[in-house]
Amino acid sequence: MYQLYGEINMGSFKIGGIVLSSAFKRPSTRLYPTVPRKWQDNTRGHVEIDPEQCILCGICSKKCPADALTVDKAARTWTIDRMSCVQCRSCVESCPKQCLVMKNEYTSPNVKKVIDTVNIPEKVKKEE
Amino acid sequence: MGKRTIVPFGPQHPALPEPIHLDLELEDEKVIRAVPSIGYVHRGLEKLVEQNDYQIMCYVMERVCGICSFGHSWGYAAAVEGLMDIEVPERAEHLRTIFHELSRIHSHLLWLGLLADAMGFESLFMHCWRLRESILDIFEKSTGGRVILSFTKIGGQFKDIPKESLAEIVIILENMRKELLVVTNVFLDDTSVKNRMCGVGKLSKEDIMKLGAIGPTARGSGVNNDARCLDLGKYKELGFKPILETDGDCYARCKVRVREIFQSIDIIIKDVENIPEGPVNIPVKGMPPMGDFIARIEQPRGEAFYYVKGNGTKYLDRARVRTPTNANIPILVKVLQGCYLNDVTMMVMTIDPCISCTER
Repeated sequence: MYQLYGEINMGSFKIGGIVLSSAFKRPSTRLYPTVPRKWQDNTRGHVEIDPEQCILCGICSKKCPADALTVDKAARTWTIDRMSCVQCRSCVESCPKQCLVMKNEYTSPNVKKVIDTVNIPEKVKKEE
Repeated sequence: MGKRTIVPFGPQHPALPEPIHLDLELEDEKVIRAVPSIGYVHRGLEKLVEQNDYQIMCYVMERVCGICSFGHSWGYAAAVEGLMDIEVPERAEHLRTIFHELSRIHSHLLWLGLLADAMGFESLFMHCWRLRESILDIFEKSTGGRVILSFTKIGGQFKDIPKESLAEIVIILENMRKELLVVTNVFLDDTSVKNRMCGVGKLSKEDIMKLGAIGPTARGSGVNNDARCLDLGKYKELGFKPILETDGDCYARCKVRVREIFQSIDIIIKDVENIPEGPVNIPVKGMPPMGDFIARIEQPRGEAFYYVKGNGTKYLDRARVRTPTNANIPILVKVLQGCYLNDVTMMVMTIDPCISCTER
């Protein structure tokens, strides 16, 4: 009987068992890219914005440790440098309007710098 | 006496997992002197404290290391919490202990795989990393990241892990234990593996004390400097006892890590049984006051040391990390003196330097 971190009981079988059983098991790896990866619900993939909700407060850009976000109030744009973003969720946590969401899929690989700019529409004031 | 030759080893070498450069002064096959040099992957993370506030720095600090990232965020958070006199909820402390031990299992499995790879034992390397994958899956499912978890914040954890998920973690670990027994048995019992490690790279207790080595390297020579014996985390409540070996050779250092994997599984299972209900974070208000604070935490490679200095604003004056490998470089130089060239890989591997971590 194996004694937990007391005295390690040595068997004589070594790795042979695993090697033999591996021959009859399904592989532990996937045939990528034929079999795509299943993302977990919680996976931090990429940030997306709902422009309708954004109030251009700029808190997300201040809270970004990688300086990946820029908010231009005059031009009414929200810009993200996808290559700089480290998917830390800091912007999502700090957004007062909850307009930022972390999607669970990674962005596709690129050889060029990807900068996404989102135009934030003017808010129409409700008539009283 | 043979002619002396200098053989450059690293920073890019098939047997080296980390970018360290060693100038090996050889006399025939024997290493007379080793001169280490680092500085290939410096990123200046500590300097970023000037432009990121103390809460955002938690994200930066966990990027110090790609293997023990959770421990770095915990260590930094503990230092800031100490400076601001914040008491973290009980459940958060338990969760931190669980995730830190999961990090230790994945770090040690990664190391065992690399050790097998350095010996040329490819199938063993793959089996170690296959087992490690289940830990990374636990991380991704519960926190959203496979390696960089972004799970810790000042004042607790970002979110709670439900009871069902914790039970699931226990089941995965219990299943993994059976396979681990077989895989780790190869490291401890296989003749060819033992031939490479037994009696190689002996370090006496005196050497360890004199050169201040830490972590499994020190514990392999019988020196207990496990920071888990201190107050941080819930280790004391869980009856933690450090694992010590006395031989001081490569085999002893390997054995310490193997036994620590099983010990970590045991700690997690015990912690899940004892975890209380309650909040996982408390709101943090105000700025870090004037003053400084240190926190010590046992990372998989040894004790890490975090220093923070506040100035009353939201930006800290200083955030400093002393990573475990930083303290283990002198012992690496010592152990290489007098060894044979073919043993250099084993020596470097069993001390397990994490250079990217050291250079920050």
